[in-house]
Amino acid sequence: MALKTTPLTHFHRRQGARLVDFSGWEMPLHYGSQIEEHHRVRRDAGVFDVSHMLAIDLEGAGAEALLRRLLSKDVGRLARPGAALYALMLNEDGGIVDDVIAYQRGPAAFRVVVNAGPAEKDLAWIRRHGAGLSVTMTPRRDLAILAVQGPNARRRAAEALPAAAALLQGLARFQAAEADGAFVARTGYTGEDGCELMLPAERAEGVWRRLLDAGVAPCGLGARDTLRLEAGLNLYGQDMDEDVTPFECGLGWAVDLDGTRDFVGRAALAGARPRWQRLGLVLEDKGVLRHGQRVETAAGEGLVTSGGFAPTLGRSIALARVPLGVAPGASVSVAIRDKMAQAKCVQPPFVREGKPCIALLSGGDSARSIRNNP
Amino acid sequence: MTAPHHLRYSKTHEWARLDDDGLVTVGITHHAQEQLGDMVYVELPEVGRAYKAGTECAVVESVKAAADVYAPVGGTVVAVNELLEAHPEQLNQDPYGAWIFKLKPENAEDLKRLLSAAQYQSMVDADEG
Repeated sequence: MALKTTPLTHFHRRQGARLVDFSGWEMPLHYGSQIEEHHRVRRDAGVFDVSHMLAIDLEGAGAEALLRRLLSKDVGRLARPGAALYALMLNEDGGIVDDVIAYQRGPAAFRVVVNAGPAEKDLAWIRRHGAGLSVTMTPRRDLAILAVQGPNARRRAAEALPAAAALLQGLARFQAAEADGAFVARTGYTGEDGCELMLPAERAEGVWRRLLDAGVAPCGLGARDTLRLEAGLNLYGQDMDEDVTPFECGLGWAVDLDGTRDFVGRAALAGARPRWQRLGLVLEDKGVLRHGQRVETAAGEGLVTSGGFAPTLGRSIALARVPLGVAPGASVSVAIRDKMAQAKCVQPPFVREGKPCIALLSGGDSARSIRNNP
Repeated sequence: MTAPHHLRYSKTHEWARLDDDGLVTVGITHHAQEQLGDMVYVELPEVGRAYKAGTECAVVESVKAAADVYAPVGGTVVAVNELLEAHPEQLNQDPYGAWIFKLKPENAEDLKRLLSAAQYQSMVDADEG
């Protein structure tokens, strides 16, 4: 089956990006160096094409009731247009169908942005639960989504989009607003400040070019993965899926068990005992932690759910699903091919807004030199 | 210049060079490093250990993935490039200069079974379609 393309895929190819298959979409992995792109985002600003994610508009008298039933957090608490929340869609067993950001756009209008991989499943799930309610569901494949991330992201985006400059400067975290035909949200998934721009597909290339003119680095999804890993953010399909509950993958904070709101999965979560907990790992031996590696702890076996090299820290880190009873500071072993390597458990995130936020163990010189030479 | 003419190539993207001292120097090709992306770690083989042709003897890891490096001909490892442990990025910057290990070959004639630069280039071009 042919890979799906975004409004920018052919442009990325012409610009020299290395394109690869991401969840069935032909997306840029990098524009030359994944590590350089990572550093550009941490130190200044970078732009990612995330149009493979899907914005779904839900409108009508039943829209709020539907989302109050489907999401782990209460959209009823979104008091005004532009207010947003991060939430999970759960199945009846409390497993994670997807993680989403939901925006209120009016009294009976919401936008939910879902991941690329589970998008079709999500549409079917929402449609099924919306049966009988007065809701229209519109998948917005006509929109491109650009994520501009980094400490200077909003300032540079304001240069590129003068009509939205005041909005970009005034926007609070996790708030969105519409200006100049673009839906602008102060959200992202890199552990940096920044914004996500949703705009008509035909405008995507022009806005991308203006962002580059304003000094924003073009980035591939490779850097997005190392950035979100350093930020301790779960990736759907790796760190979370329908077989784990939010409490088992560090997302208990995204579930609202207060009040009486009955949402899908609530009953299962209320009675469930977690089998796992999520912790971060910092590799002390040589090598690279990768998804799927076995973790041996004093309390039993676990699994690396996301692993890789952390450019900001100059060492390998991972998110891991480990048995209860393992605490930050514990030493564990990870099976890297035919060897057992030592790693230390930490509480994620590893990096927040460019600064390491875990105690680096021996040999942290590379991280220090990176910080001192922006 | 993506595949220098004085080298021989394996189908698994190693290059091999027969040196005047009779040793075979091995690295990974420009195409291999380009496919893997930024290198972050190299696991070198053990000096003194013998490998058959086509067996795994080193690992290169990029931010994206780990890849095995295979012995292009059978032989015993006599030297490894320890500089790569601190600077794996040299595999990206200078793939034909940043050798990984040197083998004392069982039979230097085996190099003739490897691909020529032209054959290797055609294989890469065909893969990229």
